[in-house]
Amino acid sequence: MTDKALTLKRKFAETRFKIYGLASLFLAMVMLVVIISSMTYRSIPAFTNYGINLEIKLANEFIDKDDLDYRGIIRETIFSLDSECDDRKCRRSFSKLFSSGAAYDLRDALEEDESLYEKNFNFYILFSDDADLFYKFGIDKNLPENERRLNDQEILWLEGFQEKGLVEKKFSSNLFTNGDSREPEIAGVLGAVIGSMYTILITLIISFPIGVLAAIYLESFASKNRITDFIEVNINNLAAVPSIVFGLLGLALFINFFGMPRSAPLVGGCVLSLMTLPVIIIATRASLQSVPPSIREAALAMGASEMQVVFQHILPAALPGILTGTIIGLARAFGESAPLLLIGMVAFVVDIPQSVMDPATALPVQVYIWADSPERAFVAKTSAATLVLIFLLIIINLAAVILRKKYELKW
Amino acid sequence: MPNYHGLYSLLWSQLVPLLLLLIFIVIDASVKELFIFERLPESIILIGQDEVNYSVNVIKDNIRNLDVLISLDILSIESANGLYNQYFLYRTLFLSIISLLSGALGFFAISRLNMRFDARRNVEKILRFIFFIFSTVAVLTTFGIVLSLIFETLRFFSQVGFTEFMFGTHWSPQTAIREDQVGSSGSFGAIPIFTGTLLITFIAMIVAAPLGLYSAIYLSQYAKPSVRNYFKPMLEILAGIPTVVYGFFAALSVGPFIRSSGETLGLTVSTESALAAGLVMGIMIIPYVSSLSDDVMSAVPESLRDGSLALGATKSETIKKVIFPAALPGIVGAMLLAISRAIGETMIVVMAAGLAANLTANPLSAVTTVTVQIVTLLVGDQEFDSPKTLAAFALGLVLFFITLILNVIAMITVRRYRERYD
Repeated sequence: MTDKALTLKRKFAETRFKIYGLASLFLAMVMLVVIISSMTYRSIPAFTNYGINLEIKLANEFIDKDDLDYRGIIRETIFSLDSECDDRKCRRSFSKLFSSGAAYDLRDALEEDESLYEKNFNFYILFSDDADLFYKFGIDKNLPENERRLNDQEILWLEGFQEKGLVEKKFSSNLFTNGDSREPEIAGVLGAVIGSMYTILITLIISFPIGVLAAIYLESFASKNRITDFIEVNINNLAAVPSIVFGLLGLALFINFFGMPRSAPLVGGCVLSLMTLPVIIIATRASLQSVPPSIREAALAMGASEMQVVFQHILPAALPGILTGTIIGLARAFGESAPLLLIGMVAFVVDIPQSVMDPATALPVQVYIWADSPERAFVAKTSAATLVLIFLLIIINLAAVILRKKYELKW
Repeated sequence: MPNYHGLYSLLWSQLVPLLLLLIFIVIDASVKELFIFERLPESIILIGQDEVNYSVNVIKDNIRNLDVLISLDILSIESANGLYNQYFLYRTLFLSIISLLSGALGFFAISRLNMRFDARRNVEKILRFIFFIFSTVAVLTTFGIVLSLIFETLRFFSQVGFTEFMFGTHWSPQTAIREDQVGSSGSFGAIPIFTGTLLITFIAMIVAAPLGLYSAIYLSQYAKPSVRNYFKPMLEILAGIPTVVYGFFAALSVGPFIRSSGETLGLTVSTESALAAGLVMGIMIIPYVSSLSDDVMSAVPESLRDGSLALGATKSETIKKVIFPAALPGIVGAMLLAISRAIGETMIVVMAAGLAANLTANPLSAVTTVTVQIVTLLVGDQEFDSPKTLAAFALGLVLFFITLILNVIAMITVRRYRERYD
């Protein structure tokens, strides 16, 4: 081979190698974009819902406000659309098209505006998930009737509503204001978000003081001996233990041994705090190490004790770094679901939890529960829930970045 | 130093009582149960375990209200009275002892205070001890994990043979609810689960190792600092996305995509294939590979690189022949950590890999993993003594030890490597 050919070959190899690197990085980025955008795209239907505007006639009726049959009123109103439908089978099939949440919406509307009790007024009744999907995506009429979610008669009704111009698409805030439900059109993530908040609060309360003080001990007071070495190895290893193992610990120790309640954010918080502890300890130690020794020496020279040096001088200087590390650890705990599955936080919880002892789910677990649901409309809801999860995580991490940018001291 | 004197007496008077109070709260439930079991009538015990659990729970919730306790009609009036009085006495005694102790300790501390007393040093001694206790929480957690796993695993092996579990090739943990049920035996050969885990981990590493390594090479050796500062955090986002999101993505998009493309090629692919779970998991662990590899390659001394470049080697030749071999131990450590991450990953496989315990190396078929089985065995209602539930703890123990070994080897290699160039 001539020199020139060899040089060319080496040059070529150089470019090729560089392109491999760039391509890998690019591919990883593309995957990130693909995941986020596919979630966003699939979540779009979750933010709107089709419904129908009907007149509810309460004007000439005698009404007992304390014992009002909201469901009956809704039923009466929707059956006014098709007076021919009067046998049981037809009525059942007809009312299947409307959301069972409509009665609750009516109750809320009436409670908000008392004057409505004596009036006829227009009320927006949500369609059920099947009818909603029909308007959003249509339906394959060539499929045999029993393989479809809607039969021919139901499709006819739905098309009829549309021709009459009664159907209306509206933004639906159910996702943000409701708890979980078996009906996709009224299911929301609020209960799960609150459950997550409680869990994270417990995690913070337990792991932050213990983590920071443990780190201070190891960094400032502990003499280097076998015991502290052993503790250090343990902390480093604990940071890499699979999260599900913490779930097993929680199940065996907290629930079966201590008899703490299943599904409660309290137990979830305890488990997650054991997981977050090593993260906080490692971050705190790094932050303490970065404080220059001159500060410590100066304080000691002024007659401060070891404890005073740490708490009055080193800790304030290291605090931004410690808080950043804590927030990042909490963000990880916030997105964690595997250990929570094992301690029973996968329960179907409709009510929004009121305390740390109430049964609750967490947001990531809610994603898992919905992803498992057979109803097609839950696909959009699940994607929307993942977006909410990612959005909250971005906010948490942004807080960490801002904290670091704003308060971090450069020595 | 009046602050320190105050703090000294505060610590003395509160520390031990608080600890006792904590113990009181922790054992409260078990004490209640102990008292209740003593008095539970024969008739309820005969009905069965569920009835007993229910009655105990109801009584437990109402133990501090005598009227309700009697109106429940579970206990006779005498035993309800007895229970109420006994618990009341226990509670009052325990709590008064705590309060008295607190007072006594406080007085003792105050009596020690005087002008010459070095409160600061004494307070700091106590605080230092408290901090030491806090720092052992990590050790206690590890012990807690090991003990609880081993305890349940031993119970599992008292019902299922060790060799059957470790070397059996058939896994179907469903045990009978009734005696006469078909297929009631339940078999616990974990080999299909281990191979399934290995298969998915292998696929994940095929994706993550080259992508992560090449990304790290590009970021640490080629990229300008501005590019690096921008892309490194971006890559880290991949590690920050919750795994449940990856799982949903794998189950919803990747699984069906692989299935349909497999079908156009005339292959039979199950929707929950090992490939789908492995690929997505691979994407997830890219940053674990890249960020540590990046660190170790940046830590290779400049002199090695300069020497190679001065001899006329191109940049890629330097990386391949000098930097990579020098950084190899660190890179191996990074890979081991990534493997440990992949083995322990739960949500992606739970949502995308399926439950069928197939003994196969075909990435297009459904396999199951250790973590999936732990979740399926423990989610939902469970009786705590069935081998089905205990099997999850045995699997957990295997998982813990394998990841522990990988982590420790990785940590040692990386540490040795760091020491070599420091």
